Amino acid sequence: MKRFSGFNLIGEAFRSHQGWPEHWPDKAPKASYDAIIVGAGGHGLGAAYYLAKKYGITNVAVIEKGWLGGGNTGRNTTIIRSNYLYDESAHLYDHAVKLWDGLSQELNYNIMYSKRGVLMLAHNVHDVQSFKRHIHANRLNGVDNEWLTPEECKAYCPPLDISPRTRHPVLGGALQRRGGTARHDSVAWGYARAASALGVDIIQNCAVTGIRRGADGAIEGVETERGFIASRRVGVSAAGSTSLVMKMAGLDFPLESYPLQALVSEPVKPIFPCVVMSNTVHAYMSQSDKGELVIGAGTDQYTSYSQRGAFHIVEHTLAAICEIFPIFTRMRMLRTWGGIVDVTPDRSPILGKTPVKGLYVNCGWGTGGFKATPGAGDLLAYTIAHDEPHKINAPYNLDRFRNGRLIDEAAAAAVAH
Amino acid sequence: MLLIHCPYCDEARPEVEFVYGGEAHIARPVDPSTYSDEQWEEFLYIRNNPRGRHHERWRHTHGCGRFFNAVRDTVTDVFEATYKAGETRK
Repeated sequence: MKRFSGFNLIGEAFRSHQGWPEHWPDKAPKASYDAIIVGAGGHGLGAAYYLAKKYGITNVAVIEKGWLGGGNTGRNTTIIRSNYLYDESAHLYDHAVKLWDGLSQELNYNIMYSKRGVLMLAHNVHDVQSFKRHIHANRLNGVDNEWLTPEECKAYCPPLDISPRTRHPVLGGALQRRGGTARHDSVAWGYARAASALGVDIIQNCAVTGIRRGADGAIEGVETERGFIASRRVGVSAAGSTSLVMKMAGLDFPLESYPLQALVSEPVKPIFPCVVMSNTVHAYMSQSDKGELVIGAGTDQYTSYSQRGAFHIVEHTLAAICEIFPIFTRMRMLRTWGGIVDVTPDRSPILGKTPVKGLYVNCGWGTGGFKATPGAGDLLAYTIAHDEPHKINAPYNLDRFRNGRLIDEAAAAAVAH
Repeated sequence: MLLIHCPYCDEARPEVEFVYGGEAHIARPVDPSTYSDEQWEEFLYIRNNPRGRHHERWRHTHGCGRFFNAVRDTVTDVFEATYKAGETRK
C-alpha cells in the first residue's frame, strides 16, 4: 500500500499520477484461512481489518457474492448517531461513534466523517415526552443529546418551517451534535485497502453456496462458487441475505428481509447544514458533499429480496419533506433505489456466537446499520478472535429471543433509525 | 406498487388498499401453558424468510377488511396465487 500523504501527492504529480498502486489486489482464494468473513460490506471489511489490526489474525478472507460495498453499504443514507434509549444500545452505537472519530487518519483514507449534527423533530406531545426521555437517558450514558426549542431548531436548520399552521408543527427537537454523515463508499474502500495491506484476501464475485460442518457439528469451512475454502472460524455479515446463509448451516433465524428505499435530488449549492429526521412523518434528509439532497424513506410493508420498493412509499416521504421544508417543493429527484434490510423482532442487531461452534454472526441491523459500521466490525472481530462476545455485544445474543431479554428499540424508536 | 387479487372481492386492487400480515400458516398454540421457551421462540420470532416462494397473509383493510393468504415470489414480487383463509396451503 502506498500511503496517501502530501509528500506522495506532490511526488506523483511529477509522474502524472501513474505510480499509485491498486487499492487492493484481486485475490484467488487459498485452500484455507484462519478466519473467513462472509460479506464484503462495511461491517464485514471492518471485521477483517480489526481482526488483522487489533487481534493479530491476518490470514483472513472476505468472501463477497457481488462486488465490494455493493449491498447496503452503497445504498444507505449515511447517517451516524448514537442517541438510543436503552443502555445496551447507547453503549453499542456510541462505541461506533467513538471509532468514527479518527477513522480517516487510522485508515489513511478520507471517509469524510462530518459531525454536522443530527436533529430529530418532535411534532406532537408524545414526541416531546419521548425525546426528552431519550435525552435524559443519553446523558446518563455519557452520550450527547440536547433539547432545542422550535426557534433554536430553525436557527440550527434554516430551511425548516416552524410556523404553527403547518401540517406537522415543530414543537422542538433533539440534537446530537456529534452525529452526522460519512461517505459510505469511502468507508468500504478504506477498510478494504487497509485490511488488504495487512494481508487480508478480498475475494469478490464468489458466492457462498454451502457451509460445511464436521461430525461434531463444528464449522469446517465454506463451499463457494470457486471451490471449498477451509476455516474453523466463519463470521457472517451478510445483511439481508443472512437468513439464507444461516439456513446453509442448518439454523433458522428470527429475521425478515424488507426493501428500504432512498433517493437523491439533483445537486444544488449548500443549503442544508445538518441531518434532520422526522420519525412521526417517516422522513429524513441531509445534503451530500456533491450537493444532492439525500432522502430516506420507511421500509416497504412486505418482505422481499428484490432491491426495489413501491413508488407510494417515496411519494409519502416526499409529501412529508415538502411540508416540513416548503423551500424544496420545486426540487427534482434524480435517482431512487432500494436495499434489503434484515429486521429482527426487537429492531436490535444480533452480534455474537451461534449454536454452531465456529460460526459467528453480525446481522439484524435493520434500517440503521451504517452508523454502526466500525463498532460492528470491531466487535465481530473481537468475538471471532476470543470465541466470546465483548461485554458491549454480549446482550446482542440469539438467546434473547428465547429468554425474553429483548432490547426493544422497536418500541423506543418505532421507525427507521 | 403491487397489484393484489383479493379472493373475497375477486378483484385486483392496488397495494395501498392492503396491509401486509407477515408469514402465513403459523398456527397459534393450542395449549399455550404447556409451551416451552423454545416453542415460544419458534412461534413468536423465527421466520422462514425465503428467497423465492413465500406464503404470506394480507388484509384487504380498505376493501372487504378480511384476511387472506398469498404465495408471492420474493425476488420478482410476482403473486403466484391468493386464496381464502382456511384453505389448504398452496
